Formats: sequence, C-alpha cells, structure tokens
Amino acid sequence: MAKEFKGRPVIAGECTVEAVVSHGGFNTLASFQKSALARKKETIVSDQNNADLFGKNITGKALCLPKTIGSTTGGMVIYTATALNIHPRAMLFSEPIDSLAAAGVILADVWTDDTITTVDNLGQEFLDYVQDGMMIEVKMDGTVIVK
Amino acid sequence: METKMILTDEEKAILNGEKGATMAKVIKTLILYGETFGAKRFARVTAPGHLVTSFGISVLSPVFNITQELIDAGLKAEMPFTVDPRPIDYKNVKCNPIEKLIFNNFLYGMQDEYELQLRQLGLKDKNAFTCACYLDQVGNTPKKGDILSWAESSAVVYANSVIGARCNRNSGIIELFGMILGKVPEFDLLTDEGRKAKWIIEVRTTKKPEAQILGSAIGLKVMEDVPYIKGLTDFIGTELDDETKSYLKDMGAATASNGAVGLYHVDGLTPEAVEMGEKLINKDAKVYVIDDAELERVKASYPVMWKDVNGKPERCFIGCPHLTYAQLHQWTAKFEAELKRQAKTKVGMKTIFTAAPDVVEEFKTKDKATYDKLIKMGIKLTSICPLMYMNNPLCGKKNVITNSNKLRTYTTSRYFTDDEICTIAVKGGI
Repeated sequence: MAKEFKGRPVIAGECTVEAVVSHGGFNTLASFQKSALARKKETIVSDQNNADLFGKNITGKALCLPKTIGSTTGGMVIYTATALNIHPRAMLFSEPIDSLAAAGVILADVWTDDTITTVDNLGQEFLDYVQDGMMIEVKMDGTVIVK
Repeated sequence: METKMILTDEEKAILNGEKGATMAKVIKTLILYGETFGAKRFARVTAPGHLVTSFGISVLSPVFNITQELIDAGLKAEMPFTVDPRPIDYKNVKCNPIEKLIFNNFLYGMQDEYELQLRQLGLKDKNAFTCACYLDQVGNTPKKGDILSWAESSAVVYANSVIGARCNRNSGIIELFGMILGKVPEFDLLTDEGRKAKWIIEVRTTKKPEAQILGSAIGLKVMEDVPYIKGLTDFIGTELDDETKSYLKDMGAATASNGAVGLYHVDGLTPEAVEMGEKLINKDAKVYVIDDAELERVKASYPVMWKDVNGKPERCFIGCPHLTYAQLHQWTAKFEAELKRQAKTKVGMKTIFTAAPDVVEEFKTKDKATYDKLIKMGIKLTSICPLMYMNNPLCGKKNVITNSNKLRTYTTSRYFTDDEICTIAVKGGI
C-alpha cells in the first residue's frame, strides 16, 4: 500500500525512481570519492562507515537520508557528481536540509543542465518506513509517495 | 526571478544581469542558498575570505570550469583571500616514483592550472596555503563581529568561537561566491539567535582533557548545534594566550569534523561567553556531562581502518589543523624529552609536522636553533594538508598514525593521544 509524506521542496521537481536509504548521516565526500576518482559511470558508495549504503549504487535513484555529514567540500562534491552525471535523481531528507547539501543541490540546479529533485523535512516516520528498492514518486509540491 | 529575500536595488540589478550573466548566476545561487535557511537579506562581508578548495584534483574539473567562467567574466574576490594547504610536498613528504607519477599526471594533475586560477581570483600571496589562516603570522585574522565568507570547517569554528567573528558553515564554491559578491545571506550563525547554545557541556574530568577527544565527544553528541562548555577553564585558564588558543583550535577542529559544529562557547573564556555568560544558553538546552569514563568510551569507539590492525605504523602526521608557532615549540620539546627517555637521538619512523608556510618561515628564521634541533631528530616540517595527502587510494593504504581527530575521521589513519603518539613515533612501533 502506498504511503504519502509531505515535505518542503528545496529543488522542486517530479520523478518516480527507486529508493536507496541511509539511516545515518550521509558522508558526501566519503561516499562519492572512490567512484568519482575512478571516473566510473555510476556512484557505488565508498563510505565504509555507512553500513546501509556501502557498496550500493545511488546513481539515478532517490537517496533517502536524514542529512549529509562530513567535509565542507560536500556541496562542491554533489555539484561535481551532477556535472559528471553520477548523481542521485532525488535527495529526500527526513530532517531540515543541512547547509552543505543545500549548497550542492542549488549549485547543481544553477550551474549544470541537470538537477537533483530535493525535498526536506519529511520526518522520521518517512525514514523509518522507506526501504531500499521501494518505488518513490516525488511531486512538485514536496509530496513524496512511497509505493 | 521572484525572491523572498529583500534585495537592494543594486542586488536586484545584479540578479537581472546588469553585471553580466555569470554574476547573475553567482547572486542567484546565494539567494537560493539563503532562502533555503530563511535569510531575509544579505550581510556585507567585512574581512578577507578563506577557500577550502586548494587541490587541483582532476576529477573536480567541473569546479574548475566554474572558476574559469568567473575569471573569463572578469570577476575576482573583493579582498585577497587565503586557501587550504596544498596536497603534496615531495621534498618533505617523500613519495615513491609510482605515487609521484599518479599524483602529477592523474590525481593532482591540475594543481598548477588551478593555482593560476586562484591567483587570478585574488589569492593573497604564495604563502596563503594553510587551514589555519587566522594565525598572526599568516595575517588573515578577522576581528570580533566581522562577517566572513569562509568554508574550511576548522577555520570557521575557530573564527566564530575564539575570535567572535560571524560565519556560516559554508560549502566550497559558496564561499568563493560570497567573496566575489562581497555579501553573504544572513542566517544562522550570522544572527544573535543562531549563536545561542542548544547544549550545555559540563566538563567534570579529573585532569585536563585531551583537546582532540573532548572535541570529538562534543561533536558526536551535539552534531551541528552550538554547545556552551562549562568547567573547561579549570584546566586551561581564562586567558586567551597562545597555548589556550592552540588547545581551542584542536578541540574545535574535532567538534567540526566529528560532528558539524560551527560555533562553541567556553564559559569565562571565549569572547561572547565572557561578554554575555549564560544568557547565551537557550532555555531548553540539553546537558551532556563529560567525565574521564566518557572520554575513554569515545576514544575506544574509534575504529581502526588499517587492513592489518596489528600492522606496523609507517608514517606519523602531527598538525591537522596546522600547528601554531607555540605548538611547534611544544612538540619539539616533547619529542626531545621522549628521545632522551628512550635513549635515542632520532625518531623511529617517518614523522611529519605540518604548519602554515608563514609559521614555518618564522620558525626557521627566528628560532633556527630549535628548528635545527627538530630536523636533527629526524622530523620533517611541511605545509601540506595531510588529509589531502592521504585522501586517495594510494596513500590510504599506508599505516598512518596521527593525533588529529579530523585526519582520523576522514582517512584510514589511526588516532593516538599526544603522549602516545610521541612514544610510538620515537620507538618506531606501537
């Protein structure tokens, strides 16, 4: 049964994609680093401290997370991943978005031809409910339907 | 573009493209960034900037495309800026031929081009490469109340907390845009409300806490919130002298890297805490008590990321963030005493101190005898970023030890306290 959540659209957009879930903070640099350095066509998460995501492909998916953590290069890394076309299609935050992630998705929106649909404030219930592989529909107004 | 932020006529004109399409994108980015966090207006930047991106790493070519677009549009920072340390120094941090080949041709293959871009954008000078730009010798030292556009997390937390300047925890590129516009969106740590503490930290240890572990414990607990630290002045005093500032530098870097702290207050010591005291604490602030057992628990929780946890350490890095002038003296004396204790004349493994180029220069010229003593002990002094040196698949495989909680967090290096690391580096093994 589908479950609906309402958040705030940070970068408004529409998409229907598969979920990948990080229950802990998403370390942006550590996660993208290995695939970006190796010039891979997809991001296989290389953050060994993230048991949920380590070794998983997040490119083109809806990355569900509480917030990002780590180096202040974080925003720049999200922007770079988008420019290299190895970015998630959507970033869905259970908490208010942090300044580094916000910088990244905004830089991607303004300075590349692509975009990462971004919604924050979806609540802990969203993160508790959503699981890897579930289909997610994101609407312009920040509605997120988990199927 | 409709904006929620209230813009001046000049800002509206920039957004409408009167200073070119690239400058319009710069201000649009900053407006969207500010509006995400409820900023009502821009605040004027009042002191020079500091950039986090110092490395010409080839994979960041999209970033270098932005910087080139800025240069081509004739844009540069309003004031000369400093930047984080360079990633490599072959003279003092030896690399094998394969590492050199990969660093020069692939990993940091764009270093020279990027440094040229930095100079075109308004880099302060050839010595501007350090994470501790606020040190007197470097000269990018803001005043209390200054509004900054910085990104390096250890520098941001120092400027906010120890100096009382105002800066958000910005990402790379955003800080450069703020330097170019000369304005940053006003929210969070730029506001009085955003600088209030949501946590009270009660330090109840029996001795002076290791700065790097105390900072780690605080960061892991409060994450991005502002903590108000009580009880610490019993150990580090109420004077913001060089030794105390060095302690706060290291503690702050750990709060910022193990958590995401952008500002802390120390009761009776840091400028805003001295001025306002407990008025800085929110009414519903939570309390975190740190005693000896809690510090032990936090230290024991650090994973060892070496492939062979019983492997021999190959290299020791001390100075992340970069060491202060006072710390160079303290560490030289500490190693001298340990060598004497172990009846040795040279350290037992590759040991590298890192400090700002200007600090190294002053140390070499004003304290040549101490510098010579350091070199005679077999210790190298460099100005690289050990984090950037290690943050690649080649160096990540090395068994590196460090007393830096930031380096531990972002790399495979293994943490030891100041006393432990000195003993291990002299002995040449754990």
